[in-house]
Parts: sequence; C-alpha cells; structure tokens
Amino acid sequence: MYIAASLAILVTMGLALARALSGPTTYDRIAAVNMHGTKTVLLIAVLAFLSGRTDVLDIALVYALINFIGVVAALKLVEQGNFHASDNPDDEVKQGEQK
Amino acid sequence: MIDVVVDIILLTFLATTSIAIMRMTNLFAIVMLFGIFSLLSAGLFVVMDAPDVAFTEAAVGAGISTVLMLATLALVKRPKEPYYDEAPRAHRAWLPLIVVTITGSALVYGTWDIPNFGSPDAPSQTHVARFYLENSMPDTGVPNTVTAVLASYRGFDTLGEVTVIFTAAVAVLLLIGGKRPKPALRSKDEEAQDEA
Repeated sequence: MYIAASLAILVTMGLALARALSGPTTYDRIAAVNMHGTKTVLLIAVLAFLSGRTDVLDIALVYALINFIGVVAALKLVEQGNFHASDNPDDEVKQGEQK
Repeated sequence: MIDVVVDIILLTFLATTSIAIMRMTNLFAIVMLFGIFSLLSAGLFVVMDAPDVAFTEAAVGAGISTVLMLATLALVKRPKEPYYDEAPRAHRAWLPLIVVTITGSALVYGTWDIPNFGSPDAPSQTHVARFYLENSMPDTGVPNTVTAVLASYRGFDTLGEVTVIFTAAVAVLLLIGGKRPKPALRSKDEEAQDEA
C-alpha cells in the first residue's frame, strides 16, 4: 500500500517537474515548485511509515513551512518587483499604468 | 528494495533538473528550479537515512537561498522587460568543460576506495564514533548524539561559528537591507549655482 502510494507520488513529482521545465509563464513555474514541495512532504511522510522511522515526520512538517515561505517570497517579488517598500510614491504605480 | 527504486527516480529527477538549469536563460525559472533541486536532494538525504542533513538542506537550500537569490534578482534588475531574462551565451566554453571532466573523473576514481554505504568497517564507524555513542548520554544528558557533539563537546566552536554568521548577517543587512537612501537634500548655494 505504502509502496503504491510512494510510486504514485513520484509520478506526480515527475509531472510537476515537467511543468516547471516547460511552463510558459512564471506562474506555472511557481505553482510547479509549490506542488513539488507538497509532494516532497508527502513522499517523506510515506517513506517514514514505510521504513518505520516516524521521527522523520518532523522534517516533513519543516518542509511544509519552508515551502510556504519560498512561494510567498517568489510571489511577492513577481507582484512588486522588489522586496522593500518604496519611499517614492510614484514607484508604487504598476508597470504599464499611467502615472 | 523500494528505497533503491525511489533513489533511482529521485536521482533521475536531479539530473534532469541540473541539465535544465544549465540550458535555461530565464533567471527566475532557474531560481525556481534551484528550489526543486534542493527539495529533491533533501528527499534523497531522507531516503539515505540522514535526516539531520536533510533538515539543513531544506532550511538553507529550499528556504533561505531561494529568498536570497530572488532578492538579488530584484536588486540587480535591468530596465529592460522582462528583467530576469538573460541573453544566451554565444561562445562555447571548452576549458571549463575539460577542467570539470578531469575533476569529476578524479572524484569518481576517489570513490573506489570508499567503504560501502553503512558498512560497519568504515573509519567513521570505528574511530571516535563509538566513544561518543557510549559516553555522550552520561556526559551531557542530550539524547541526540549529533546535538551533543555540536552543542556540548564542541560548544565553543559552535559559538564561534554562530558569531561569524551573525556578523555576516548584520553586515549584509547594513549594506542592502531596509529602505533605499533618500536623495541628498541640495543646499541653497548649489541651486543658485545651477540657476546661474
């Protein structure tokens, strides 16, 4: 049962990787990375039960948190173009909008 | 058995990701693929029974360095849109390829003498490991041997490392962190000179 689950998760990881490699837009890649992280968490959890080392589950939890931080950072960069608040109000105007 | 299958599949993914990273010119996609690479190698470490290493790889590789590389990308961006696209390299670099091939074959040659994975005869198992395994619990009272070595036996060493990392982080924050400096206020004299 666990073996089937881990193989299915690996297939899903392969599909997410294919989307990250080919993905035409930035959002495809971000979604693929996010999904890849989720699948890694699941794979580690399944392997933990498969091998009987359930203490590895803590690592799966850490992965879930870190994956979230990375995706939020990527999305913030894509939306704003930078990580710092601007002092100049004109900079807040989005690309392509009229100032 | 299943471990071997998972190992092979994860290694295939790793190789695919690294070749794709080399071939791509879109820097943002490369940073995203670095995140996937780190997650894959962390999964590989878990399969190979090294959860401590996997922990570090997940925290540093997938978390911090993705954010740092994205921040760098935002700081060094060019006026052209999209700012994260880099022109493909025109020439072929033969010298680096030769150097990498020679270094790689030397490393592979070096692995021939390495004992098998998890072998009880390995020097790492027979040298000081036995002492720490037997004495770390009565000496320090820490159940995890790695933590006992890092935080108790080598406590001052770890303190020094943490000091170095803290100093580096403070320096980086002073250099690039926070808000951009405002343009300097010009004095009346300079404006008068401009008008003159």
